[in-house]
Amino acid sequence: MRIPEQIQRLAIVTAVIIGGVLLVRFVLIPRSLISDDLHRASTVQRELAKPIKFAGSTACQDCHEDVSSRVRKGYHKNLSCEGCHGPEARHAENPMEVKPFAPRDRKFCPLCHGYDPSRPTGFPQINPTAHNPIKPCITCHNPHDPVPLTAPQECSACHAQIQRTKAVSSHALLQCTTCHSVPAQHKKTPRSAWPSKPDTRAFCGGCHGKEATPKDAPKIDMSTHGGRFLCWQCHYPHLPEGRG
Amino acid sequence: MNKRQFLKGLILFFPAGGLTGVLASPVRGKETSGADKGTEASGAKTTQPQSTGAYDPERHNYGMGIEIDKCIGCSRCVEACKAENNVPQEPFFFRTWIERYVITKDREVTVESINVKSRGTRELAQDDREILRSFFVPKLCNQCAHPPCVQVCPVGATFSTKDGVVLVDANRCIGCRYCVQACPYAARYLHPETKTADKCTFCYHRVVKGLLPACVEVCPTQARVFGDLKSKASRLVRLMRMNKIHVLKPSLNTDPKVYYAQLDGEVR
Repeated sequence: MRIPEQIQRLAIVTAVIIGGVLLVRFVLIPRSLISDDLHRASTVQRELAKPIKFAGSTACQDCHEDVSSRVRKGYHKNLSCEGCHGPEARHAENPMEVKPFAPRDRKFCPLCHGYDPSRPTGFPQINPTAHNPIKPCITCHNPHDPVPLTAPQECSACHAQIQRTKAVSSHALLQCTTCHSVPAQHKKTPRSAWPSKPDTRAFCGGCHGKEATPKDAPKIDMSTHGGRFLCWQCHYPHLPEGRG
Repeated sequence: MNKRQFLKGLILFFPAGGLTGVLASPVRGKETSGADKGTEASGAKTTQPQSTGAYDPERHNYGMGIEIDKCIGCSRCVEACKAENNVPQEPFFFRTWIERYVITKDREVTVESINVKSRGTRELAQDDREILRSFFVPKLCNQCAHPPCVQVCPVGATFSTKDGVVLVDANRCIGCRYCVQACPYAARYLHPETKTADKCTFCYHRVVKGLLPACVEVCPTQARVFGDLKSKASRLVRLMRMNKIHVLKPSLNTDPKVYYAQLDGEVR
């Protein structure tokens, strides 16, 4: 049987169209445009090719053994070298030509150690305007092994937040040592020796009990007030009127 | 020319025109797709070492832990991030930033990014005594396991890698900002030079080589912890074992991989 001529022509046209589509789809369009895997792989490669600017503390230790071993023993033991010295990968690659940055400015240390009420209590903070003005921090403190130059005379040197709270409370006139006994060691290495805290109801009762001597302290009956709870579970001793 | 000849000619003419067009276009197509071919080839070349050994993305799933109680708001992380990743220095482009939450005694919550202001002007408007509690919250891309930004991208330029990091293909990105709008954590911005979306990559170029992300590297109080969720012993897994953990906006089911310890209920 003979295929009609118009069918043959139609078949040619169809074949050309199909062939053209296949050619464009598989030859002309680059595979990276079609395949997600390929374009993602090339993105990852581009990401990995980005230069590293921070060399990492282990890189510093290789050469600066002395400094890093000293830092590891002091309060700054968990700090990364490049946290203060800035990104130094270029220095690590080429130690002779690229010299690292060292902050010697008085503005730098208060970035961490300036007083800020949002900072966690206990973090060592100073008031940068009142604390030895004009002198750069490094004239007294070695940043690689920071210690207070002399044992601070006032508790508020470290416990500023508590001091400010207490100053506006009715306990303002009480000394810290009225309630806490502070070992001398606590002033040099605060975390190796802790001050004591009152641990009995009777301690507060010494002023606030019915028979206690201070006349102006509010009096309560220790046998009925508060039941089995300790005083500081309801009253914050540094700001007794603050709760409730 | 009669009608029959004209129709015959027409039938031959159109396929012939199509063919010449197709024959002409490979030349043009080769020229324009040359760059794409190049990246494709380099992609194929460099994916080989991945499969042969050193780094297998299937075996990692990265996450970050943040201990709110340790953050002192010193912004070392923000500056390190800008230095490492070429984030513009202007104080409104951030891959990571720190927010200060202040909750006053009348339960009013104030949130501000401490990085937007210039450094050194961190004065609180409130009196210390009016503060009930106050703390810092570092924020960054949460590298969600179900990222809304990937869903909305019209050109497929952003995607999750097998090791759990959301990346942006800057060559594909058309800068339409859908992802900037879609991100519930406001972690993306449009880079002013490339005009493409940019975001935290967990310093992907560092972590793959075994280094820490720049922000974790410089954090002086270890408030930021980086680790592998698939590893049995990583600092992140230990943090998650030892603390009560919360994520931001859990109701959105984005399944974030930045885990906050000691997070306050007021934080959004």
